[in-house]
Amino acid sequence: MKISISKIIIFSFVIFLLSVFWMGLKINNNYDTKSLVGNKISKFHLIEIYDDAQHISEDDLKKKKFTLINFFASWCAPCRTEHKYLLKLSKERKKIKIIGINFKDKKNNAINFLEELGDPYSFVGKDSEGRISILFGIYGIPESILVDSNLTIIKKIVGPIDQIQYDEILKITK
Amino acid sequence: MLSNIGISLIVLVLIFGFLSIYTASLDLKTAGLSINKSIYKLSLFQTTFTILSFFTLIVGFIYSDFSLINVYENSHTAKPLFYKIAGTWGNHEGSLLLWVNILVIFSYLFLVFSHKHNKNFRLYTLIFQNILIIGFLFFLLLNSNPFNSIYPTPFEGLGLNPILQDPALAIHPPLLYVGFVGCSIYFSAAMASLMSGYGGKLFAQSIKTWVKISWCFQTLGIIVGSIWAYYELGWGGFWFWDPVENASLLPWFAITALMHSLIVLEKRNTLYSWVIILCLLTFTLSVLGTFLVRSGILNSVHTFANDPSRGIYILLFLSLMIFSALAIFFTKYKKETYNFNFKSRETFILANNWFMVFFLVTVLIGTLYPIFLDVLISIKISVGPPFYNIVIIPLVVPLLFLMAVGPKVSWINSQNKVFNKILFFILGALVINLFIIYFSKKNSILSNLIFIAAIFLILHSFLDIKKLINKKNKTELSRVISHLGFGLLIFFIGINHQFSLEEDFNLKVGETKKINNYEIDFESLKTKESKNYKAVIGNFKLTNLKNNQVQYLDPEIRIYSNPETLTYEAAIKTKITSDFYLTMSNVSRSDYYNIKFQNKPFMIWIWISAIMIALGGFIQLTSKKNED
Repeated sequence: MKISISKIIIFSFVIFLLSVFWMGLKINNNYDTKSLVGNKISKFHLIEIYDDAQHISEDDLKKKKFTLINFFASWCAPCRTEHKYLLKLSKERKKIKIIGINFKDKKNNAINFLEELGDPYSFVGKDSEGRISILFGIYGIPESILVDSNLTIIKKIVGPIDQIQYDEILKITK
Repeated sequence: MLSNIGISLIVLVLIFGFLSIYTASLDLKTAGLSINKSIYKLSLFQTTFTILSFFTLIVGFIYSDFSLINVYENSHTAKPLFYKIAGTWGNHEGSLLLWVNILVIFSYLFLVFSHKHNKNFRLYTLIFQNILIIGFLFFLLLNSNPFNSIYPTPFEGLGLNPILQDPALAIHPPLLYVGFVGCSIYFSAAMASLMSGYGGKLFAQSIKTWVKISWCFQTLGIIVGSIWAYYELGWGGFWFWDPVENASLLPWFAITALMHSLIVLEKRNTLYSWVIILCLLTFTLSVLGTFLVRSGILNSVHTFANDPSRGIYILLFLSLMIFSALAIFFTKYKKETYNFNFKSRETFILANNWFMVFFLVTVLIGTLYPIFLDVLISIKISVGPPFYNIVIIPLVVPLLFLMAVGPKVSWINSQNKVFNKILFFILGALVINLFIIYFSKKNSILSNLIFIAAIFLILHSFLDIKKLINKKNKTELSRVISHLGFGLLIFFIGINHQFSLEEDFNLKVGETKKINNYEIDFESLKTKESKNYKAVIGNFKLTNLKNNQVQYLDPEIRIYSNPETLTYEAAIKTKITSDFYLTMSNVSRSDYYNIKFQNKPFMIWIWISAIMIALGGFIQLTSKKNED
């Protein structure tokens, strides 16, 4: 078999293709969000919605005993219904830090939303393209993740927080 | 008990695989024109044992023998008999056994029916096919054994995913498998042809029938899958460009190209290397598709439980296949010279190949691109219908024209006579298109072009049929039927797209809703208990306000018990002119139900025309004897 450029190209293309597949097998698809409880959260970096100079990353969550990460948007109707529970929680449980991640939203709409309903968050990060939320295994909002100071996920709430969920959060964070 | 029988049978098949390779390689060196009789016997034994092993598994499913893990995980005593049997191939391990069965059966049939051809070519084919068989048997035994037993034996099974409990889906995998795994035989034959130097016209004749068989089954399998999606998934669509649907389209494009270029090889003894490439490509793409579906590398509606170790095995096998195919191809490759006249039929058939390769590459890129992004720069995206619609639909227009004109052009060189007639048909197509614009009140340049091209092909095909009925030429007739089917398919999809009515709204019992000239009345709700599920059934009265025709539609929400799953059954009223499609889903914590109402014109004609495409292939299979 004579070696020619076209053969080298074909062979290297095939090798490239197969190695991408091989690497693809190693990647775990964390879309199965049920399995996330008990896992550590992945590394992230968030910019604040009011002030671009303010940042937060996973290390900042280690300072408090519990952190509730809530994913919300001004266009999301169930987010309005759960908002009162978030406000109540921010008043009643001082040891929980509540972080909001504003999912695929416009800055002004989000600020108006918080002005109208109140702001339970100690930090509101923006995720206008929804990429950071995917790191957390989010596929629809509202969703909330309760994390302890070791960055382990202890509870995951898919859908709006209601009275039952609220009571459970209180029980866990006693 | 069954476990031991099954495993012993599989091991026997494996041993006979090795024996076949050994005796075939010995026979390669002996002089003489016919194959050693013992090879036939070995192959027959191998086939018998494979079929027996498959029946053993079916028996396990029928009698709910939960000592087999596979039966325990995928069946349940409360399941109707039909779905117990279909459960055999409704899971990864069982379907792999079916896969091996088809490899072995095709191997035997090819050996028997190719007796007119060169001895060494047949022996090499048998050897390569047995290498494939052995590879998959090892995969089956080491990684995905359907006969693995479980102790202590459970009393009850876990059940089959309810959305898979559908008659269309029970026959969908076997059809596809005959189609996809059937390609293996001309993968092996192509390798054998390179090794033995038995090429050209005779090679084309030896694989012609096998290509047609697998093409027919692939086409039919894809159609049945699409019908299932329409009736069962409750989205009102029939093709979603889902990665797994794409995986089934890839080999189909390759095999369609192969079927056409094979005609050129047989009639004009040229394009040999290209035909070989397509033979190798078709089965490689089938295995690639299997890899994508089974390894869990793609997220899709086809929920085989994900297991990366499976993926690694198939990937390894795929790599071996590709590298050995490339190595043998490059070592034996001889340069061919082509001189085609621009207006000859060869050129038009090659044009078909260009289109198929273009579609193939488009779908391949669309399917693999998300994996590449995920692996290389960890961004998750999905490629959806807009991409395929933009890239593929414009190219369908010239394809439709070529499908009408191409087959009328004669071999080598053609006179201008044919090209003059075209004007007349285009005029006819334009007039019909004007009517469509008038009624649908919406149109775009692209939709106009699609309609004109499709109608052109349809008119052209009707004229051809009229001529052919007098001549009684079955091969030509089958071609016209397939092409007509494709024209009709595109035409009805277009009509369906232009005239569809779709509405989403919330309704509670007693309320009515008016949409255009239809009134939907939510009359009542009732519940039903069935053998393996409970159902909430809505009763809807649909009145056509134009002619006061009344119809009743009863969509269901089913709660299956094993495993506990909720499914939404669409109520579909199919008529010759249109389908009414209604699904209902519960809105949590309220009395309202979310209703999706659709009126889809000429739905059934989409299926009929798609089946016509496959029918053309089957007619050609039956006509083989009279014309060869």
